[in-house]
Amino acid sequence: MSDNATIPSALHALTRRQFTAAAGAGALAASIGLPARSARAATPLKLGVLLPRSGHLALIGQACQRGAEIGLPMLRDLGYTIELMNADTESNPDVGRTQAEKLIREGAHMLMGCFDSATTLAVAGVAEQKGIPFVVNIAAEPKLTEQGFKYTFRNFPSAGMLGKGGLLLYKDMFAASGVTPKTAVLLHINDSFGMGMLAGINALMPKLDLPFQIVETIAYDPKARDLSIEVAKAKAAKADFVMTVTRLNDAILLVREMVKQQVDTMGITSPGSPGMYDKQFLKALGKYADFCSVNIPWFDPKQDMAGVLQKTFEKAYPDESCDLNVGFSFEGVLIAADAHKRAGSTDAAALTEALRATNLANRVMLGGAIKFEANGQNMNLKSAVVQNLGGKPTVVLPTESAEAKLVFPAPAFKSRG
Amino acid sequence: MDATFFLNVTSAGLLTGLVYGLMALGLSVIFGVMRVVNFAHGDMMVVAMYAAFLLFTKLGIQPVPALPLVAGGLFVLGYLLQRLVINRFLGATEHIQFLLLLSIAIIITNGVLMVFGPDARNIQLDASFESYSVGPLVLDKVRVIAAITAGGVAALLWAFFRYTTTGTAIRACADNPVGARVVGLNVEQLYAVTFGIGAACVGAAGCLLLLLVDVHPHLSSDYTLLGFIIVILGGLGSLGGALLGGILVGLSEALSGVLIAPSLKSMFSFGLLILVLLLRPQGILGKKP
Repeated sequence: MSDNATIPSALHALTRRQFTAAAGAGALAASIGLPARSARAATPLKLGVLLPRSGHLALIGQACQRGAEIGLPMLRDLGYTIELMNADTESNPDVGRTQAEKLIREGAHMLMGCFDSATTLAVAGVAEQKGIPFVVNIAAEPKLTEQGFKYTFRNFPSAGMLGKGGLLLYKDMFAASGVTPKTAVLLHINDSFGMGMLAGINALMPKLDLPFQIVETIAYDPKARDLSIEVAKAKAAKADFVMTVTRLNDAILLVREMVKQQVDTMGITSPGSPGMYDKQFLKALGKYADFCSVNIPWFDPKQDMAGVLQKTFEKAYPDESCDLNVGFSFEGVLIAADAHKRAGSTDAAALTEALRATNLANRVMLGGAIKFEANGQNMNLKSAVVQNLGGKPTVVLPTESAEAKLVFPAPAFKSRG
Repeated sequence: MDATFFLNVTSAGLLTGLVYGLMALGLSVIFGVMRVVNFAHGDMMVVAMYAAFLLFTKLGIQPVPALPLVAGGLFVLGYLLQRLVINRFLGATEHIQFLLLLSIAIIITNGVLMVFGPDARNIQLDASFESYSVGPLVLDKVRVIAAITAGGVAALLWAFFRYTTTGTAIRACADNPVGARVVGLNVEQLYAVTFGIGAACVGAAGCLLLLLVDVHPHLSSDYTLLGFIIVILGGLGSLGGALLGGILVGLSEALSGVLIAPSLKSMFSFGLLILVLLLRPQGILGKKP
């Protein structure tokens, strides 16, 4: 069921004026050259936002929802006219498909979502069928931009791009630390995202001339209740470090189990997957969450808009993570609003053409201006090494964006006080 | 892979299996006495897990000390459920009973969803990250605590049925309900006590499982299914069978995870179930009808 009443209470508490004052959005608008209020389009854009707000992906789906909503006052103050029509995909592709059809019937001009690849593919099919433009906030399935969809635009790396960007950063990590491991064990979820990542890693490893070998690959169900056997198997592989492709709950189970089974390696790192930078992960594991790292697209510390968004988010949601789910969902809304502004109408064809011509240099994530290729993929996306240090995800590489120095090898679990 | 590795994996499977066995005991007790299949079994366990979660987060009571409280609460819930609702359907056909308990299960799941939301919740104890090292063996501390407690609860249950008057009366009801009535036993009352005991077992298992897994409302269907696999393997209505079934499932998940693939470990449990149904339909320790 779609519902338009999900704007969080924390945002209700903020008036537009207070928000603007707090965030400094006016100054920001001037500094980054966003359109003035007078230029806003007459009819507001109705953006159908499809996210897994319940079901096994609920935690991350709700984080995306917060990202989609947190920037609305700022965007409105900057002259964009946009309304969100929210729908819950319940972490189920079939529900996602039905909800997308319903949102379109109810008047959505454009769709955005859906975090998980399987649901995003299902919604992309609906968007194609109905001729409605669809902005993908997060989903790595390669088919989304390889299947010839005309209405789908993805501002997130494909599994191949994630894998390549993430794997190449290992070379930088080893160069920066002066330590080069020879072997790794790969633990990965076996859903469509995890299998896509595995295929990407297997295809890229020989081509990228990485200095280590994956000696054991262990697949598991992301809904697994217990990962003790998987971790025991990983321990038996006696690899120098652990590579993971996780979601949130399984990432917590995995590291907790590694602590229990005393699996001390040079580090626990992911070439590009959610979980280990999440506030829930940090909270659940405490000191054991430190030194885990993820090679992932992340906020660009050099972008003013990123700083404003992070401060606004932390003020509104002090207990939640301001992570890439928030960043990419915010950018999804920004891309849609910008296309609507330039199209000057809510006509699907005009919106689609405007999306195709997107050129947004002022954004929040690393990688340069948002531009879509002919297949709908934004190629200007860059990964960073984000390592948990002192209970906070911190950019440690690339050096030009680093907020702190990489710690590799990580200290043993038992030596962490 | 060396012997130590297999020993570690086997011990982990054995410990988890004991908790699984305790969870299935409740299902087996209720079926063994009343011939009612409790399809709300997993849902009652999720209620118990949330109760233990609340006791820990609000009052600071850890799951093992909270076990008597939660089991007592679930006993009352089970007793009232049987007395007020299920008792009226005891003579009904099996599919009516199935629909009744399925409805109860759906109401419980959605009620929990409304109260607690969809998020997974867990508790963090110091023991959550600790393990015992016994020579080359590394034993997960919370798993050891959970397994020992599960064994203790199972032993208490066995002693109750073996040595108490009420336990003997319940066994009499299970063997011959008409005869039990003839000798003056209050069968309805004993059925309600039995359902309460079954629910209390589930409550105890819920407390212990909270030490091992995160709780969320949709966990219930997984555990209802797991409970059925266990009791069918061990033999419906057999207390020893439920424990044996739990241990077998725990071990099979552990060993198949190592020997085949971790992602296929659930498939192996179902394979074992089909094998038992083909070769010994009444279950390993079950009696032929």
